[in-house]
Amino acid sequence: MTATRTDRWDEFMEGLWRQNPIFVMTLGLCPALAVTVSAVNALSMGLATTFVLTASCFLVSLLRKRIPKEVRIATYIVIIATFVTVVDYLIQAVSLALYDALGAFIQLIVVNCVILGRAEAHASKHPPLPAVLSALGMGAGFTLGLFALGAVREILGAGKLFGISLFGEHFQPWVVMVLPPGGFFVLGLWLLLFSAWTRRQRRKEAIQHA
Amino acid sequence: MSLEIRSAPHIKAHRSVETIMRHVVYSLLPICAFYVFQYGLSALASLAVVTAACLATERFFVKTGTQAGDISDYSAVITGLLLALSLPPGFPLWMGAVAGFAAIALGKALFGGIGCNVFNPALVGRAFAQAAFPQAIATYTPSFLPGRFYEMVPTSMTLPFMQPASVIDWLKAKQLDALAGATPLAKWKFEGVLAGAEELITSLSGHMAVGPSPALILLCGAYLALRRFLDWRIPAAILGSAGLTAWLLFALSPERFPNPFFMLFSGGLILGAVYMATDMATSPVTPKGMWVYGALIGLLTVIIRYYSGLPEGVMYAILLANAATPLIEKITQPTPFGKSRFALLGRARKGASYPLHPGYISREEAHAVTPKKRLFAHKPKAEARKKSNEARD
Repeated sequence: MTATRTDRWDEFMEGLWRQNPIFVMTLGLCPALAVTVSAVNALSMGLATTFVLTASCFLVSLLRKRIPKEVRIATYIVIIATFVTVVDYLIQAVSLALYDALGAFIQLIVVNCVILGRAEAHASKHPPLPAVLSALGMGAGFTLGLFALGAVREILGAGKLFGISLFGEHFQPWVVMVLPPGGFFVLGLWLLLFSAWTRRQRRKEAIQHA
Repeated sequence: MSLEIRSAPHIKAHRSVETIMRHVVYSLLPICAFYVFQYGLSALASLAVVTAACLATERFFVKTGTQAGDISDYSAVITGLLLALSLPPGFPLWMGAVAGFAAIALGKALFGGIGCNVFNPALVGRAFAQAAFPQAIATYTPSFLPGRFYEMVPTSMTLPFMQPASVIDWLKAKQLDALAGATPLAKWKFEGVLAGAEELITSLSGHMAVGPSPALILLCGAYLALRRFLDWRIPAAILGSAGLTAWLLFALSPERFPNPFFMLFSGGLILGAVYMATDMATSPVTPKGMWVYGALIGLLTVIIRYYSGLPEGVMYAILLANAATPLIEKITQPTPFGKSRFALLGRARKGASYPLHPGYISREEAHAVTPKKRLFAHKPKAEARKKSNEARD
């Protein structure tokens, strides 16, 4: 049976919304809290992770019948590390300022649990096309989560978005937002809002069914 | 004849969360009134805005179903009033609203609502404000200013997201004496000026920027303690331990440390000890635990005041002790009736775990089974294993 278009769309939306890595699964929080001081940093970190995730899920899915079960984790790590090295050099070549801002967290994409988790749980069991679609969805969800954190922290912490001043020069910066605790506070608020929204939807569905 | 076997409590007081909270609000009203008398219009606006922000946030999260409870139980009002009392009177109103939102959203709704919170919501709000706006929260204006009922402190009406204006020029026009414009603790810490006893207790004389009067707070706290709305052990332990620590240090080097009396009655120690540390959801339930908890807060407060860069330490001391509360409850479990007092020592301790053990919570709930302690939780028993082996063969 061939997969219909809606199935594929579902595969993509799964990661973007219902199983969002940041807001639902709360995975990969280390970069989510550390590099989201500004929207640009958050967005580029999200895109880098998406690239590594998609490429390594594609390769893992292609090789899924060749990889011996006993050494699969090591093999996945090697594959992921390869693409992380690519991204590392790429960002260094494109923008050195961004590379300095992200620091060690680019190399640390290797140990991002979203990537290894998706390679193990999804890509190793599915053919390339669904694997890539799912990885793209997860990557987009991760980017969305990071952007949501980064945008709020940049707006409140510096009064800017993408470096453009929003409030004029008398803006009172919220000192805590650019510090690590601010990451936790904003993440907590987003989780709270997300869960409030999900509950609301569920209640609406229950009313419709009744 | 059928017997129903139940675990304690067998007698319940006709007292709901709403009743308790309502009485705490009543006891806070005189303190708020005195605070408004001290600081005038700005304090009134601050109290109103912060409380309104707390109530609005609570309403939102209760309505969306994220948080248990109801706004009619007055707990958000307490949070709002306490938060406003702990902020400077001239604190910009928009920052006060942000602190109120953070108090309920981060301190309460995030953990699931009333009774589920780990930290005192009012202090979470204040800690957030302290971390986000460190300059504004350290800017105190003097009390008993002439004309305080007609004009507000200029910083109060700052536009949202904008920096508050400087109050220095505004204060110069008022021509006050030397003690004006800083809290007694900041005066002592950064300038070495010690405030007098009478000023500290009643907050009545001079223009010093003291908070709500400690004498009044103690009086209102005594009412609550007599009506059993708060446990007297916690404030007693906090004040005792803070006084003792301060007295020890004072005895060691009187020229370096201020007298213990000053330590007890300056800053927010009394307010924190009576109203914030006694929050029922975030303090231990065991009597022994309350003493440990209070002693920890008192000790930490004095240590933070003496040895850190901050003039005030009550907030962080209470938050730290809140975090330690489950641990304190665990080590101070009372011996159940019928067990040896020395049961805590040997193996006999098994089962002597009153408040945290699910078996003790309710026998009426059929699924509340006391879990058996085993070394390996999921290890199948020997017989069962043998059986499955035979079946496989």
